[in-house]
Amino acid sequence: MSEILCSALLVSGGLFMLLAGVGVARMPDMFMRMQAATKAATLGVGCMLLAVAIHFGELGVATRAILVTAFVFLTAPVAAHVIARAAYSVGVPLWQGTLCDELREDRRRARSADDHNMPEGNIPEAQEPDGSTSESDAKTT
Amino acid sequence: MSLLAVTLTEGAVTLALAMATVALFLAFYRLVRGPSLPDRVVAMDLIGTLAVGIIAAYDIASDQPVLLDAATVVALVAFLGTVAFARYVERRGRSE
Repeated sequence: MSEILCSALLVSGGLFMLLAGVGVARMPDMFMRMQAATKAATLGVGCMLLAVAIHFGELGVATRAILVTAFVFLTAPVAAHVIARAAYSVGVPLWQGTLCDELREDRRRARSADDHNMPEGNIPEAQEPDGSTSESDAKTT
Repeated sequence: MSLLAVTLTEGAVTLALAMATVALFLAFYRLVRGPSLPDRVVAMDLIGTLAVGIIAAYDIASDQPVLLDAATVVALVAFLGTVAFARYVERRGRSE
C-alpha cells in the first residue's frame, strides 16, 4: 500500500516538474514564466519529498523531508516576489496581449501626486480612497 | 507481491527522474535563450528547485536517506542566490 502511494506521489511530482519546465520554456512573458516555475516546481518538490517520507517510514527521515518541504514552500513565494518586483522596476516588457496593468496605474498616480500637489493633481481623488490619501499626504508635506 | 512492489517503486523513480531531467533541459534552454536577465534568474531558480526534487528521487532509488541534507543545502543556496540576483538586478537599474 505504501509502495503504491509512494509511486503515485513520485510520478505526480515528476509530472508537475515537467509542467514547470514546459511552462518556463513556452510561456510568452517573463512574469508568466516565473509563476509557472514557482508554483508547479514547488508542488512537484513537495510531492517528491512526501514520497521520500512515506518510502523510508522513519521518524528522522520524515522530519527532515517535511523540514525541506516547509522550507521550499516558505521561500519559493518570497523569491518569486522579489525577482518579479525587480524585473518590473527594471522594465521587463509584458506580453502584448496584457489587458490590465494595475501596478503601472498605481505608480503613475503616486508619481503625479508627488510631482504637482496642485488642484489638477486630484483626479484620482474621485476614483479611489487610496489615491486621495496619498494626495493628502503630498499636500501636508 | 513484494517483488512487484519493488519493481513498481523502481519504475516510478525512473519515470520521475526522466521527467525531471526533461524539465531540467527545458529550464537550461530558457537559461541560455532568455531575453533578459530576470528570465535567466528565474531559470536558475527553477534549476535549483528541480535539483532538490532530483535529489529526493535519487534518495529513494539508492536507499540513502542521508542525501536529504544535501537537498536542504541546495534549497537554501538556490533561495539565497535568487534573492541576491534580484537585488543585483534592481540595483543595476534600467540599463538593458
